[in-house]
Amino acid sequence: MVLKIFFPQCCNLADSGLLVGRWIPGHDSAVVLAVIHYPFIPAQVKQYIQQIQRQSGEELAVLGSWSLPKESQEGMESFLRDLSTIFPQERWLQISRKMGKMGFTCQILSRSQRAAGEEREKQSRSEEDGEEEEEKEKVVFVHYDQKKVMLSRLHPVHMEDTQTAAASELRQVFQTVARSQPLFLLDRYDDGPLRSTHWQTEGREGSILVELLKRASVPLCLLLSWPMSIWTRFCRLRIFRIFPLSVLSSKLSTCIQLSHRSEHMRSISAPGAASSHIEFTRKANTVVSVLVDVALGILLMTWLYRDEHVATLASALVPAADRVATELEQLLQWLMGAPAGLKMNRALDQVLGRFFLYHIHLWISYIHLLSPSVEQILWYGGLSAGLGLTFALSLLSDMVALLTFHIYCFYVYGARLYCMKVYGLSSLWRLFRGKKWNVLRQRVDSCSYDLDQLFIGMLLFTILLFLLPTTALYYLVFTLLRLVVVLFQGVLHLSVDFINSFPLFALGQRICQPYRLAEGVKFRVLCEEPGSALHLLMEINPLSCSAVVQTYRTPASSCYPRDSWAALVRKLFVGELVYPWRRKSSKAD
Amino acid sequence: MEEETFSDIRGQPITLGCQRHSSFCTEFTVSSPKVSIGKVLASTCSVWLLAYLLFFFTQNTAVLSSAILVTLVGMVLHIHFVKVDHESLLVIGSLGIQVSSSYASGREITSFIEMGRIKDIVINEAVYMHQIIYHLCVLLREPAEPDAVAGVVPLFQSSKPRLGCLVKVYRSCQEILSKVP
Repeated sequence: MVLKIFFPQCCNLADSGLLVGRWIPGHDSAVVLAVIHYPFIPAQVKQYIQQIQRQSGEELAVLGSWSLPKESQEGMESFLRDLSTIFPQERWLQISRKMGKMGFTCQILSRSQRAAGEEREKQSRSEEDGEEEEEKEKVVFVHYDQKKVMLSRLHPVHMEDTQTAAASELRQVFQTVARSQPLFLLDRYDDGPLRSTHWQTEGREGSILVELLKRASVPLCLLLSWPMSIWTRFCRLRIFRIFPLSVLSSKLSTCIQLSHRSEHMRSISAPGAASSHIEFTRKANTVVSVLVDVALGILLMTWLYRDEHVATLASALVPAADRVATELEQLLQWLMGAPAGLKMNRALDQVLGRFFLYHIHLWISYIHLLSPSVEQILWYGGLSAGLGLTFALSLLSDMVALLTFHIYCFYVYGARLYCMKVYGLSSLWRLFRGKKWNVLRQRVDSCSYDLDQLFIGMLLFTILLFLLPTTALYYLVFTLLRLVVVLFQGVLHLSVDFINSFPLFALGQRICQPYRLAEGVKFRVLCEEPGSALHLLMEINPLSCSAVVQTYRTPASSCYPRDSWAALVRKLFVGELVYPWRRKSSKAD
Repeated sequence: MEEETFSDIRGQPITLGCQRHSSFCTEFTVSSPKVSIGKVLASTCSVWLLAYLLFFFTQNTAVLSSAILVTLVGMVLHIHFVKVDHESLLVIGSLGIQVSSSYASGREITSFIEMGRIKDIVINEAVYMHQIIYHLCVLLREPAEPDAVAGVVPLFQSSKPRLGCLVKVYRSCQEILSKVP
């Protein structure tokens, strides 16, 4: 059997004393947490350990003795043996280190051995040691960096509370070190009865900024929660449930972004500390992403309002819309002739073309009516960037949707026409085969038609079939235009979602303090001196960046579910309407 | 450190280093041959020749500079992500098994499997392309059911040694694992 002793690196050169730590139940291993130096009063040590135990909830104990003799001391051996009777334990470790040697030597005394050892004569000690070497248990020293192990979090995190944690030795080691934080509060310069060595004696971790932030977070949360409660009450007003407003607020991406942001703020301003690590990291991620978002938005604002950029944008917008309209007109004229050498049904072609041309005419007059106030709209819309870049982007997406409303209309008309034709053709094709769609049973049944029905059906089928290419062409062209707009809006929505859900805090932690998020551990064999125990160095294996993003990204509710490519193509082929993702999801809800 | 030469499934020579740190801790290192200068020369020359041909027809110097960039970036990516210099297996009795592979650029990927999760180490057969090869793998234990296998972690994945090498590693691993109750 191999005994594993997890030994903190900071205690390597500590003065002699007692080892305080914990035996890990179920595994043959011990975690050393600190060294309490001589001189001490045993009763005080026991009291201190009990006090720490109450604070941390861990079963701490005195594991054994640690000796680093500065100069050769007489009578040390018997003193150490006496110690083990003062602190009764199942097993007593005697770890010692000699100056000039790298390795430690360890003796393990079990309770029965101790009893026997007292009776034995002193002279036979040397031979007895030799015998012990033979029968003694093998020992592995695993050196760990106490600070890193205490602060790190083993992933996957959600396994922490389940039964598997008990089975995993390393998890228990990590937990023990993390929980015995009260032990590390004792400072080297404290005037207590005890002096000890652990990682904090090297200097406390943490900066003044972090401490200030911790102190400031509670009043800040209170301050935030007050306007948030007013905002929530305002959102619950009944006016927003009346028909046009409710539809508008579910369709406009700015409104959706507003609701997301208010949810984020609500989660941030929630009273009480985060209960779990994941929740805390999510909160921190949200805070950081909101801050970054606002910073980017203010950058955008400074750019917009300097050098009259708004005016130039506004003056460029109306000609651009005009240009799009004229291009569309030309496209329609081309379609009304013989596009790409195709011969269309002339009458239908003309009707459709004139219909669309009239629509464009309407649209242009609308734009010109709007043009004097475009600059003002842009000016006030630009102010929304103060709330964050995401708001500016959502507003841009809404504006694009409004400005390309004609394209959307064309698309809907074309799609409806095409869809009706496809459905008519398919049902008439069934009629030819002597079948019909049974609505009640949701299946195709056979059916016998009489001659008149068949005749009318054939006539309609022929007409529809010959008119199909004309409608299909219009549908195709307008669908392509629509897809371009949808693609642009999709890119905007994706970037908004990216800013909203990207785990910036966790990633920053991963880059600056890689030990905080641990995937596991890795071992390195330290030194091999013949005769001494095996020494391993335990290092923290940081989580890979992709795993960090996957674990900690806030679940974005908006961009999923989206159509798969096959479903999209099928929809386009049949002529169903395609929306950008956000509308799709709100419909699914 | 004892070193022995074996061959991998393609017949290339590989070396198996076996370092016994203690009676229950052994480290095995399988090193693949280094990148041969001939291969590097051949690949660069082929890219450059192709680029020169394109340049000959198009008379565009951007082709040549992009060819240089492509070879450089390709080499960097190859040594950083593809070329595995050596793979090592550290077996520590009663603590666990550590698998690590280090790339030619020095990047190292390590994972440690605790002893509580290990069921056994076995030599397995696998279908690889058009042939059947042997490989060493660690069987993981299902925490709920002691008899079930939760997963398989293949070892020495990039340098695929032949059976002779695997048997040697397998024997020493079993020697250490069998001491654990």
